[in-house]
Amino acid sequence: MFRPRPEGPGPAVAVLVEGRTVMVPAGTSAAAAVLAAGFDSIRETPVGERERGPYCMMGVCFDCLAEIDGAANRQSCMIEVRPGMRINRQQRARTINPGAG
Amino acid sequence: MQRCDAIVIGGGLVGSAIAYGLARGGLKVALLDEGDVAFRASRGNFGLVWVQSKGDGAPHYHRWTRRSADEWPALAAELEAKTGIAAGHQRPGGVHLCLSEDELAARRAMMERLRGQAGNFGFDYRMLDRNELADLLPGLGPAVIGGSWTPYDGHANPLALLHALHKGFAANRGRYVPNITVKEAGVAPGDFRIRLSDGEIGAPKVVLAAGLGNAELAPHFGLSAPVKPLKGQILVTERARQVLPLPIATIRQTVEGSIMLGDSQEDAGFDTSQKPAVMQTIARRAVLSFPWLRDLQIVRAWAALRVMPPDGLPIYDQSEQYPGAFTANCHSGVTLAGAHANLFAPMVAAGALDSALDRFSARRFDVPAAT
Repeated sequence: MFRPRPEGPGPAVAVLVEGRTVMVPAGTSAAAAVLAAGFDSIRETPVGERERGPYCMMGVCFDCLAEIDGAANRQSCMIEVRPGMRINRQQRARTINPGAG
Repeated sequence: MQRCDAIVIGGGLVGSAIAYGLARGGLKVALLDEGDVAFRASRGNFGLVWVQSKGDGAPHYHRWTRRSADEWPALAAELEAKTGIAAGHQRPGGVHLCLSEDELAARRAMMERLRGQAGNFGFDYRMLDRNELADLLPGLGPAVIGGSWTPYDGHANPLALLHALHKGFAANRGRYVPNITVKEAGVAPGDFRIRLSDGEIGAPKVVLAAGLGNAELAPHFGLSAPVKPLKGQILVTERARQVLPLPIATIRQTVEGSIMLGDSQEDAGFDTSQKPAVMQTIARRAVLSFPWLRDLQIVRAWAALRVMPPDGLPIYDQSEQYPGAFTANCHSGVTLAGAHANLFAPMVAAGALDSALDRFSARRFDVPAAT
């Protein structure tokens, strides 16, 4: 659905979205990488288990939550890509490991 | 002039619970709500339906709170059946955690006093030691040395409750009038008139449930409601899978998975700003109780103003000067919603407050000066 603007910088950074490698310009947000990789959803809602994906792209709607480099519930639109970044689906609510306390 | 059976001033949790109860009882009710200029304590609640710790030295308040908590399951079920909105009510019991020997000794003494004051009404509680608490609560921090438990406590979603009360009120053919600030009224015994944008509305009964606004409003009706603001701040984490099986006095996990952290008490007038120092204290204490909270992100935080009577106990009255005018004031709009809808509203409909409410009259503040 989304294509890079022709006058923009070319693809320079390789990231992995759900294990699929995608090249995006430096400075791109992780959410934009999700869209560039062709995904329209990157999480399931915690209660209704509905599909959601990047929407507002400005840190407000929280629909782009993803697991980034192993950290749950990251707002992917607010995080800049780094080479080799792993962006994965946020499956419902994150888990907690209470440990021994 | 438009006529109805009762006018309720204030569309927060107290006013809408009473208005809902009145309309369900068959009265024609108008509910007047101020608007976004109001302080709206009902939008800032923590959401506990809390009994333990209420009414030390005031057994009538303890009984009223218990009765409300007992009404909650029926009210929540009725609202859900009528409106389709679940208020998220659960009553698994609740725990208060103590982080020092002094706190624990004070808690134990208070729980013993509450049992003594409860008399034949009874008060079921247990002091839990660290090991018992650790079995109950996953990942309990080493700083927690003990706590108290009662079966009476629970929690709910205050915003869903407010929504359900409003929807249920409308379903009972109640008339909701938003964006009206009531500053004056035509008052006579059993005859109250209030100017709206489209004319006057009159009723033989009026209930003042305007929160902090009651302080200025009550004297117009021959009533007194000396309530003052007491600020509270709350932090909310990202949603997580269920881990806390029951609410703790200052930490609860919602049915959706968010963990709410409270609660501060600050005498700061009408200031609703958030203060980092207070937020830090809330977060620090929460992490001492459950170190794993450290890994969760805070996604929201807010401050709101409690509606606080001078002694912390609710104020309920009917005006002696203008019978038919009632007032209801409290800082526990969620906990007391069951009592307001199911017990207080029928008293208003009948035209007389129960003797069980005598001691909640604002007359308790009229102490003559010693000479």
